[in-house]
Amino acid sequence: MSGCDGCTGCTQKKESAVTDVDYTIALAGNANVGKSVTFNQLTGVDQIIGNWPGKTVERAEGILQYKGHRIRVIDLPGIYSFSTYSMEELVSRDYIALEHPDAVVNVIDASALERNLFFTIQLMELAPPLMVAVNQIDLAEKKGISIDTKKLSSLLGIPVIPTIAIRGKGIPNLTDAILDLVRDRPVPPTLAYGKEIEERISRIMAMMGVVKTAYPIRWLAIKLLERDPKIIPVIREQAPEVVKEAEKCAAEIEALHGESVSVVMSAERYQIADRIAAEVITVRTPSDGSVKKSLTDKIDSFALHPFFGYLMVIAVIGGLLIWTFLIGAQISAILTVFLSQFEQYEPVINGSLTSVLWNGAFTGFVAGVTLIIPYVLPFYLILAVIEDSGYLTRISVMLDRGMHKLGLHGKAIIPVILGYGCNVPACYSCRIMESPKQKLLAAFLVTLVPCTARTVVILGLVAAFVNIWWALALYAFDILLIIIAGRLAFKVMPGESVGLIMEMPDFHVPSLSVVLKQTWARTKSLVWLVFPAYIIGSALIQAVYWAGWLTPVNNALAPVTTLWLGLPAIVGITLIFGIVRKEMTILTLAVLFGTTNFATVLTPVQLIVLALVTMIYIPCISVILALASEFGWKKSLAITFTEVAAATIIGGIAFRVLSMFMG
Amino acid sequence: MAQEQVEEYLEAIYDIAGTEGAAKTSAIAKCLKVAPASVTEALQNLAEKNLVNYEPYKGASLTEEGKKIAGTIKRRHRLLEVFLADVLHINRAKVHDEACRMEHTISEDTENALCRMLNAPARCPHGSPIAPCAKGVGSCSECDAVTGSAIPLPGDLRNADIIPVTDLGPQEKGTIAFIRGDCKVVQRLSDLGLTLGTIVSVTRKSPMNGPVEVFVRRTKLAIDHAIAENIFVNARDGGKP
Repeated sequence: MSGCDGCTGCTQKKESAVTDVDYTIALAGNANVGKSVTFNQLTGVDQIIGNWPGKTVERAEGILQYKGHRIRVIDLPGIYSFSTYSMEELVSRDYIALEHPDAVVNVIDASALERNLFFTIQLMELAPPLMVAVNQIDLAEKKGISIDTKKLSSLLGIPVIPTIAIRGKGIPNLTDAILDLVRDRPVPPTLAYGKEIEERISRIMAMMGVVKTAYPIRWLAIKLLERDPKIIPVIREQAPEVVKEAEKCAAEIEALHGESVSVVMSAERYQIADRIAAEVITVRTPSDGSVKKSLTDKIDSFALHPFFGYLMVIAVIGGLLIWTFLIGAQISAILTVFLSQFEQYEPVINGSLTSVLWNGAFTGFVAGVTLIIPYVLPFYLILAVIEDSGYLTRISVMLDRGMHKLGLHGKAIIPVILGYGCNVPACYSCRIMESPKQKLLAAFLVTLVPCTARTVVILGLVAAFVNIWWALALYAFDILLIIIAGRLAFKVMPGESVGLIMEMPDFHVPSLSVVLKQTWARTKSLVWLVFPAYIIGSALIQAVYWAGWLTPVNNALAPVTTLWLGLPAIVGITLIFGIVRKEMTILTLAVLFGTTNFATVLTPVQLIVLALVTMIYIPCISVILALASEFGWKKSLAITFTEVAAATIIGGIAFRVLSMFMG
Repeated sequence: MAQEQVEEYLEAIYDIAGTEGAAKTSAIAKCLKVAPASVTEALQNLAEKNLVNYEPYKGASLTEEGKKIAGTIKRRHRLLEVFLADVLHINRAKVHDEACRMEHTISEDTENALCRMLNAPARCPHGSPIAPCAKGVGSCSECDAVTGSAIPLPGDLRNADIIPVTDLGPQEKGTIAFIRGDCKVVQRLSDLGLTLGTIVSVTRKSPMNGPVEVFVRRTKLAIDHAIAENIFVNARDGGKP
């Protein structure tokens, strides 16, 4: 969780790069309803993807140009409710209530009308100028569901437009309706709850006259009744008697229903949603009465099969990794040849300081371009395809039980897989976990996943000069280590764990624009964090070495490197270099030994131990920075020191064990 | 050591380790919310009474005598839960705590009378099985002769089939009766459409207690098995629209 826990109802500053727009609108809706596709259809390529100020929640915005108007479009995170379950929910509701966008477009899935209307009802309570885009009407039709959008519009009292966003259908109508909405700014009507609820909402609202806040009054009364932990303190400060009355009302409702008041309210909203849905939906059953198995069901009977399902998971993840390294190696080779025309690629540690600094910065840049981008981009591209098709949720379900052993659940497989590309975006993606404990635990395990840079070290040292089986053994050992570390960390870390609750979307053909956007969102953290860390770090560390300060460090490290790990003393430096960039271990070794044939200078045992230690001891400075920005410096450093210690201990043991039977 | 305390300990061991396994001191302490030191003391006391076998650092297991007491208490507990929920219509989420306090005070006669009045229910409102009585009668009708009870067996007061959603068969539907568990989880489930009275069905179960796929309001949700076990449905009237 970000540091906004203590501050309730804070207003976000309008920190957007886009200025001089006529209007601002927001897209809101559940996950998997085609909201991103709609966003892309409205805004085209002109998009800015960043974070909500001070929050670890992604924010996408773009510009819609239409009939001479410039309209800023904000894509709110996909959520199911406005409780305080997640940071995404808080960010979204505060944005709508406090920033007053000129209009909100609620994108809903025609195939799951009830659940989507449940959220629409909550949006109406926030009272922005609101309209609904009923998306994926074609898929609903295929399932035999038709929706009377005109009737839906009259029942809700707000404009409703049917769309098939992925094919651009209905988008012109939607844009026209948006223009009407931002000009007229109508307030959506109030949908009434049951009598006993409405009576209590009025009782609370009647006392709210003294309260000064930017939130709509009726919404506040409902949230007070629901005992919203973020709203209660805000109101208590101004009018404690209102909170007291709300608490009394809440207790009365609980006595009446025998359920917690927020659950009662959810049930009430679903009652309204069910009633509306029943009036607008026509379900056609096939004339022969048989229910045809949908394509999703057919794929699922294989993808979630207790045996074939696992085969498919292994094939897909394995295929993803193989594709990455086949494609990555090709692109990397081409880029290296191209870039080596400009400057020497290997680290230089002699000569003038400026030339060493320049060489350091340049090799850092080259390493980023030739090592990270060629491997990570194709990896994330295909991963985004797997994700957008809906298959990633199936992997989560198949691996849920295994992840339980690590104190996590199936969703955590997403950051872990991302980690094989680069640990930095993987650390950021741990936000998808529910509790703070699970976020931290997932991030810790992610840092043990060998990223592309570490894979290069394993392949370059072990696969090239020992054999491929030892390289694979290191991978296998790493998985074992993740399992053990996960179990230990789960026991040690305080906090609660929440089990898996996840929607299973239908399979569909991935949308190119969504895939590209997702790939970019993940790659951009590399450009903004990894590149600077590579360039500055490489330059600095070479300068430090040039100044002759690393030899004393080397000597200080000698007891560990030579006595405990059984490596040559000179390796101490390469491990220091590796903190900046893992693959630098290999480059520095080549420079120091004056050869790229490491078999002549290191024994097989030394090669394996060095690769093993490099694989485990902290990922790199970029990851330390990423961890610090997500969890704070204390936790980031705790993970770093734990891993340095683990790498040292395991390396020493491996040296002794391997020496026994490898000579 | 008071009788109620003895029974609470035996029940805790039964809950943690079943009839055969051993329950660790720390687990018992956590279950009963008392200090581990007092658990050690109590277990030594129970071992003296020959109700448990206690080995330091290994834990406590029930003796034959201990099993008998624990089984009786569990049976009374679950019968009371059915009574509280189905006859007195007390909120199902609350009957557990209520029954916890009552189970130590009722006599065998009351237990028998409850069992007869409730028509020998097979399961408690939370779906756990209620063990048959230990009277050695072939069927409930023979029970009259043994106990000499005057209460007639009611015909209509049948225990509704409230079962965890995980017990639903492949073609069965159920309506949600209540959900137990962490309030955040319950909130999340109801936000996703699992509200009371909603029709649900299980579309897929994974082996070895993997996640359960539930179909609700035209969408599929994958739910952790432990969470799904706490979603209780009324299986009997699930077919109604």
